[in-house]
Amino acid sequence: MTGALLHVQGLKVEFKVYEGVLKVLNGVQMVVHEGERMGLVGEAGCGKTTTMKCVLRILPSPPGKITAGQILFHGRDVLKMTFHQVQRVRGRGIAMIFQDPTAALNPVFTIGDQLMSVIKYGSRDSLGAREVRSRAVAVLHEVQLPDPERILTNYPIQLSGGMRQRVCIAMALSTEPELLIADEPTTSLDVTIQDQILRLLNALVERRSTSVIFITHSLGVVREMADRVYVMYAGSIIESAAKEELFSNPLHPYTQGLMRAVPKLTGGGIAEGIPGRIPDYLNPPAGCRFQPRCPHAWARCVNEVPTLHEVGQGHEVACFRFQEQ
Amino acid sequence: MTNAILEAVELKKYFLTSRGTVRAVDGVSFSLEETETLGLVGESGSGKSTTAYTVIGIYAPTAGKILFRGTEISRPVAKRPRSLKRAIQIVFQDPGTSLNPRRTIGQILELPLKVHGVGTKRDRKERVIELLRLVELPPEYAYKSPHMLGGGERQMVAIARALATEPQLVILDEPTSALDVSIQAKIINMLLKFQQEMGLSYLFITHDLSLMRNVASRVAIMYLGKICELAPTAEFFQRPLHPYTKMLLSSIPVVSPEEEALKPEKVVSQGEIPSPVNVPSGCRFHTRCLEKDERCSRVGPETVEVGEGHLVSCLKFAPQLASAAAAPGSGEVEK
Repeated sequence: MTGALLHVQGLKVEFKVYEGVLKVLNGVQMVVHEGERMGLVGEAGCGKTTTMKCVLRILPSPPGKITAGQILFHGRDVLKMTFHQVQRVRGRGIAMIFQDPTAALNPVFTIGDQLMSVIKYGSRDSLGAREVRSRAVAVLHEVQLPDPERILTNYPIQLSGGMRQRVCIAMALSTEPELLIADEPTTSLDVTIQDQILRLLNALVERRSTSVIFITHSLGVVREMADRVYVMYAGSIIESAAKEELFSNPLHPYTQGLMRAVPKLTGGGIAEGIPGRIPDYLNPPAGCRFQPRCPHAWARCVNEVPTLHEVGQGHEVACFRFQEQ
Repeated sequence: MTNAILEAVELKKYFLTSRGTVRAVDGVSFSLEETETLGLVGESGSGKSTTAYTVIGIYAPTAGKILFRGTEISRPVAKRPRSLKRAIQIVFQDPGTSLNPRRTIGQILELPLKVHGVGTKRDRKERVIELLRLVELPPEYAYKSPHMLGGGERQMVAIARALATEPQLVILDEPTSALDVSIQAKIINMLLKFQQEMGLSYLFITHDLSLMRNVASRVAIMYLGKICELAPTAEFFQRPLHPYTKMLLSSIPVVSPEEEALKPEKVVSQGEIPSPVNVPSGCRFHTRCLEKDERCSRVGPETVEVGEGHLVSCLKFAPQLASAAAAPGSGEVEK
C-alpha cells in the first residue's frame, strides 16, 4: 500500500469487567491514505471510538486491553512505541476532536490557557510567548470565531456549544497534524450549527490537505464529509467503498438495513428497521456477528467468521453472500 | 377548527431568573385535529419542549389558553381533574431517566393503572402483560428492571406506560432522538400503528425534519418561542417560505440525490440562536436572516395565511406592507 498514512490491521480489543471479558473489537481493518477523507459509520456501541482511542493510545487500560493487531502510522507500529514516541505522534501526527466539546475543555482554565499550551508544547518549532499568542489568535480567526482576543480570555462556559466546538477544532488544527480524527464532532449540535461546522471543517482540511477520519452515526453526514466510507458493526468493519459506490450500491445486509431505516426527505413512510439489537459483547454470536439479525443468514454464517473481500473497484464486503464457495 | 382535540391560543411561558426573564414560549397558537400528528420542530432553545410541558401541565402558562376538546385546561397538572390527566399522556426523550431505576417494568406499567383506579389487582396484572405484548416485549420483562433493557426496549416501555390509561392525546417529546436509526424505524412504525388502531392524536416534538416528513400531517417550525411557519407536511416541504425554514431544510444532511433535489437551493446557514433572555427586536430571526431588510429589526411580523392552512410569520409575506412597497420577492405568493 503506497501512500497509506494509517494502516490498522486485525485490531482486537477486550475489556475485563466483573461479569467476564467483553470482546469488543474483533479484528478491525482499515487504511487511510494521505489526503483522504475517510468516514467511519456505525451505530452506538459498535466500537468506532474504541478503535480511535487505540490509534492515539488513550484507551483506558485496565479495563481495556489490545490483544492483537497492528496500527501502522507512516509504517511504524503505534502500539510498539515508547511513551515519548507516542507523545510525538499525538498532536503533530494525529489530532482528535471529540464529540462533546463541553467535556473536552477544562472548565477552570481559560480558552487561551488551553489553546496556547497546545501550541507551545505541540508545535514543531519552539516558540516565544508572543508567537504562541499570535498563533492562537490566528487559529481562532481561522475557525471564524469573532473577536479572538476576547475569546482567549473567556472560560468555556461563556461560549455556546457551537463556539466551543470551533475552539476544539482550532486546538486540533493548531499543531498542523497530518491526520485529524473527528469523533462525532456535530452530534451534540443543532442542524444549522452542524452545517456551519461541517463546512468549516471541510474548508480547513482542504486548505491544509490534512487526512481525516470522520466518525459519525449519521449516513447523511458521512455523505457530505467523506471520500471513502467504512461501515462498522459490532467490532469489525463489514463494508468499505468509495462514497458514491456505497450509497448507490450498498451490499452488506446491515448497510442495506441502515440505509432503509434512515427517514427520507422524499417521504413515503419509514421502512422497517433491523430486528433485534447489537450483540452482547460478553457472549458474541458465533460466526458473523450480524448473523442473528440478518435476513439472509445460513449455516456458513454461524460456523465461520467472514472477512473483508473485494467485490468490485475498491468495494470490500465481509459477507459470505459475496464470496465464491 | 371544529374538530380540534387540542388548541393553544397565544400561549406564553416565561421563567423568571436572576439574569432576567426567559421568554421560552412567547405567543404560540396552533390546533391539533383529532387523530392527526402535528410536528413541532425547532433547534434547542426554541421552546418546543416548554410548549409540550405547558400542554401536559408540568408548567402553568404565563398567559394564553390551552383548550382540550373545547374546555380550558390552562392550569398546572395538580389542578386538573384526574380524567383529564388520563386523556393526555407524554413520552419523554430519554428513556434512561424517565423510568424509575428502582422499580420493575411491571411496577412502572402498573402505576398509572393504580393511580386511575383501573380494575382489581389481578386485572391490572393482566393489563400489564397485555401492554407488554402491545409493544412486542415478552411478558417476563415485567420482572426486569430498566437497566437490564436496551435503549429501544426502554422507550417501548415508556410508550406502553403512556398508553396504559388509554389516552386520546399523546405528546411525544423527541421519542427517538436518543436511539439509533435502526431502532428508531421500529419505534416510529409502532407509534404510527397505534395511532391508526386507537385513534390517537400526537403532538410530535423533534429536531429531525426528515423524520417529520414521514410521520406528521402538519409541521410547525418554532424559533425563539414563536412559530414562524406552519403548513401541511407535503406543502411544507414543497414550498417552504420562511427564510428560517429554508435554512433548516438546506442544512439537513441527506443520503440520496433524489432528496438533494428536494432541498431548497443552498442557503448558507449563519449565526446561532440568540438567548431567550435578550430576544432581538422586531422579527426574532432577523439577526441570522439572509433576506432581511431594514424593517425587520423594527417591526415584528404578523402571522399571515398564504395558502390552504399555510401560515407564515415573515414581513415578506405581510399583505399590506408588500402591496404598499411592492417588496421584492413577495409577488408570487400574493393572492
